[in-house]
Amino acid sequence: MTYSASEMMTVGAARALTNDDVCFVGIGMPSAACNLARLTHAPRLKLIYESGTIETKPSVLPPSIGDGELCETALTTVSVPEMFQYWLQGGRITVGFLGGAQIDRFGNLNTTVIGDYAHPKVRLPGSGGATEIATCCRRTYIVMRQSRRTFVDKLDFLSSLGHGPSGTERKKLGVKTEGPALLVSDLCIMKPRHDTNEFEVVSLHPGINREQVQAETGWPLQFAAEVSETPAPSSLELEALRDLHARTALAHGTAPGES
Amino acid sequence: MSEFLTLSDAIGRFVRPGATIALEGFTHLIPFAAGHEIIRQGIKELTLIRMTPDLLYDQMIGAGCARKLIFSWGGNPGVGSLHRLRDAVERGWPAPLEIEEHSHAGMAHAYAAGAAGMPCAFLRGYQGSELPRVNPNIRFVACPFTGEQLACVPAVRPDVSIVHAQKADRDGNVFIEGIVGVQKEAVLAAAQSIVTVEEIVDAFPSTSNSVILPSWSVGAIVVAPGGARPSYAHGYYTRDNAFYVAWDAISRDRATFAAWIDTHVMSTVTTPGASES
Repeated sequence: MTYSASEMMTVGAARALTNDDVCFVGIGMPSAACNLARLTHAPRLKLIYESGTIETKPSVLPPSIGDGELCETALTTVSVPEMFQYWLQGGRITVGFLGGAQIDRFGNLNTTVIGDYAHPKVRLPGSGGATEIATCCRRTYIVMRQSRRTFVDKLDFLSSLGHGPSGTERKKLGVKTEGPALLVSDLCIMKPRHDTNEFEVVSLHPGINREQVQAETGWPLQFAAEVSETPAPSSLELEALRDLHARTALAHGTAPGES
Repeated sequence: MSEFLTLSDAIGRFVRPGATIALEGFTHLIPFAAGHEIIRQGIKELTLIRMTPDLLYDQMIGAGCARKLIFSWGGNPGVGSLHRLRDAVERGWPAPLEIEEHSHAGMAHAYAAGAAGMPCAFLRGYQGSELPRVNPNIRFVACPFTGEQLACVPAVRPDVSIVHAQKADRDGNVFIEGIVGVQKEAVLAAAQSIVTVEEIVDAFPSTSNSVILPSWSVGAIVVAPGGARPSYAHGYYTRDNAFYVAWDAISRDRATFAAWIDTHVMSTVTTPGASES
């Protein structure tokens, strides 16, 4: 089956989740990836949205993190303070799934402003849950489209801590969680190097070469000693993803995971 | 004890120019009818508090009600930017807007502290983020027992909190179910509160996951059916997702926005949901 770069990215991100994970889900591409995982290889994956819905099993992708479908299909729904105090800060979440407007080589994320904070060129939505998802979940996975505009040498604003501006700040700040462990884009998969915490390419999506990835990256890219090819999406994965988007379009008229 | 009032009386009596107010509802039960009444009464210079200032605060900011915004996520969920918020921050239109920016965890803790009557909240948060650099209300203190550095934010203590709920009973107690957000905390943290409801009932249904606000914890109750549209009210109506998408074009242009406010807010006496207009 032929597939799009966007489908490759969503499938690549979904594969990282397991039946043992309790996952704090961001809206948009993370939501599509997390629900795809639940509908394919990880049916016992627990999905949590910041609106308070625990173990939610939406049949379509919600347009917002507080959609009625999330509450109706949840094991339970708790208040927002309880969600952030007992469940996130309490250390009960294994994976936080994040995206952003900008990312740097150490997985730090900007969702706040482009330009100067006081006089921004573009005012972005802000942190939402991300700042503490980034430090309280046992580890984080990031899914983002790759371009020089989004994969930058220096963030305009550090909203959510990855491995820090020099790759070493988590330890200095006493943050005990692992931080960014995986970055899936529409071109490749990256993981942090054990010595420096800098993201390096571990796998290229089929048909993508090193030069293409470098051309869409705002810093000199590192490649792992052995770079593999990401397995192409299987027909099972593609059918499940397309069914999910078709059900979503039928229910809401749009496919949020594609936006 | 809570008092039954009309929407215009409740807003006119409790919401003073220059007040600090919170209109809460996390995607669900957003009190649009009450916000529109604030616009209609021309109440200005407000400090607006809300975790997710979505379409409602975009409308209130664009209509010139706000002097300051305290928030943690300002977007149109699933759609994109809030253009009126951006215009105010990026270009000072219709007036410059001071912003105090937090994370959701910071705001959630601050509401809980407000409800508990505490001056501030502690959390394991904001580590490594630049938010403390741009928001002097995010500070760090050492835990007196362990020495751990913890973030500290002031409690949210609004002059008035406004929420929408499904039901009130004839004694003025309030019933909320579904995604309950920070509505209970917002009401308990405030000096005064207004709860708009879908209907008055003789008795509440017995459910296992509902939030009850006793009548003596609420200021005013206003019957406002459809008062959360275009957001939703669990058990009554669904979210008007098409309107959230349409808002992107309506709000992008100042003149189109002003015409929308004229037609759908200023020219209505009781506020119908935007989706009905």
